[in-house]
Amino acid sequence: MELLSFGDTGWGDELFFATLMTIAVSIAAMAIGFVFALIFTPLKLSKNKTLNVIGNCYTTIIRGVPELLVIYLLFFGGTGAVMYVASIFGYDGYIEINAFITGALAIGIISGAYSTEVFRGAILSIDKGQFEASQVLGIKKSIQFYKVILPQMLRLSIPNLSNVWQITLKDTSLISVTGLVEIMRQSYIAAGSTRDPLFFYSVAAALYLVLTFLSMKIINKLEIRFNKGY
Amino acid sequence: MISIFPSLLNGTVITFKLLISSMFFGLLIGLFFAILRINNNPLINKFAYGYSYFFRGTPLLVQLYLIYYGLANIEFLRNSFLWVIIREPYWCAIIAFSLNTGAYTSEILRSAFQTIKEGYIEAAQSLGVSKKITFYKIQIPIAIKQSLPAYGNEIILMLKGTSLASVITIMDLMGEARKVNVLTFKPFEAFITAGIIYLFLTFIIHNIVKNLEKKYGFQT
Repeated sequence: MELLSFGDTGWGDELFFATLMTIAVSIAAMAIGFVFALIFTPLKLSKNKTLNVIGNCYTTIIRGVPELLVIYLLFFGGTGAVMYVASIFGYDGYIEINAFITGALAIGIISGAYSTEVFRGAILSIDKGQFEASQVLGIKKSIQFYKVILPQMLRLSIPNLSNVWQITLKDTSLISVTGLVEIMRQSYIAAGSTRDPLFFYSVAAALYLVLTFLSMKIINKLEIRFNKGY
Repeated sequence: MISIFPSLLNGTVITFKLLISSMFFGLLIGLFFAILRINNNPLINKFAYGYSYFFRGTPLLVQLYLIYYGLANIEFLRNSFLWVIIREPYWCAIIAFSLNTGAYTSEILRSAFQTIKEGYIEAAQSLGVSKKITFYKIQIPIAIKQSLPAYGNEIILMLKGTSLASVITIMDLMGEARKVNVLTFKPFEAFITAGIIYLFLTFIIHNIVKNLEKKYGFQT
């Protein structure tokens, strides 16, 4: 138990901050995913063939390729791409992109693909009468989306978004391969320096279980709140 | 681009082997735990639930590290005959993947078992078919047919999961792509080619499952 004490001798405080880092990366990734989803959902639902193909390509490719591959591509390729762009503007030094940003972006792209599917399903399950009624009332297209469709879409997609959140939370463990110190990386370091991998990976597993358990509780509360009027 | 292809194909074979063996063991484990889950004994029930909760609530990477690095820490296991198996990263990966996919499969099969209409079982009972035969000849086939679409998704998730094997030194498709990246410093070529192969595999699995669904699909 002294291995988990706070302070210089134990790993308690390190693991605590690593847990906070996992939560931060997950939230950032989820937010980035929302942005991607809000861009690609309209594309997937659009009647234009070309836009449709673009939307479908995004979700199909990202959901058909390992998460690790996306992370490696951004981690190894991202630096090169940024340096190439910088060299066009006349900067030739080495640029290192923050591991947090790369990680959150990579996981965000992945969770965005799942969120897109969730939003698409939610919009499709909104009663057609809602669209027609708002048209009849002469509501503009943009306002129709923000005031009529979006609130209903969010309510309908909460149960599935909770799945996406769980996937995102677990995917953040993969960022550890790029060196960002979150739960997995910290346990790896601790296991290496104490030569007790069994204990530290069990702690990591327990931390993830606590996180998934707590987030389930919170999401259930949210669901009840959003369903109040129904 | 062409020169990296042979090594990536070698990796694809390993990925495929990992996938097939972990799906096979995972299906057996999943069926076993699904049967435990529909058992009425609360203790057995809780045990099966705990298993699936643990493996679905923690990242696959943690499970892989626990088995690969963690199990080697136990003196008792190191001295037993099991050491032959758990010192090999390849077998550790298969154990971790099988246990992981087993947990998801058990949930898929459980929900399939629970949605079987009472009428089928009652009909079998009224025809005098014994409980055991009803289970093996009626409940299991219906459950498998009903869970085909969800199981297809699980196979694709597992295909993506096998890429984690590269983290514990296995040279699967992902591992080969990493090696190419390190040797040539061409991340885009290496990873995009690997990505195309993964997409191709996903596409094949998707179509096979779709055909199976058409052939054996269960209509209620």
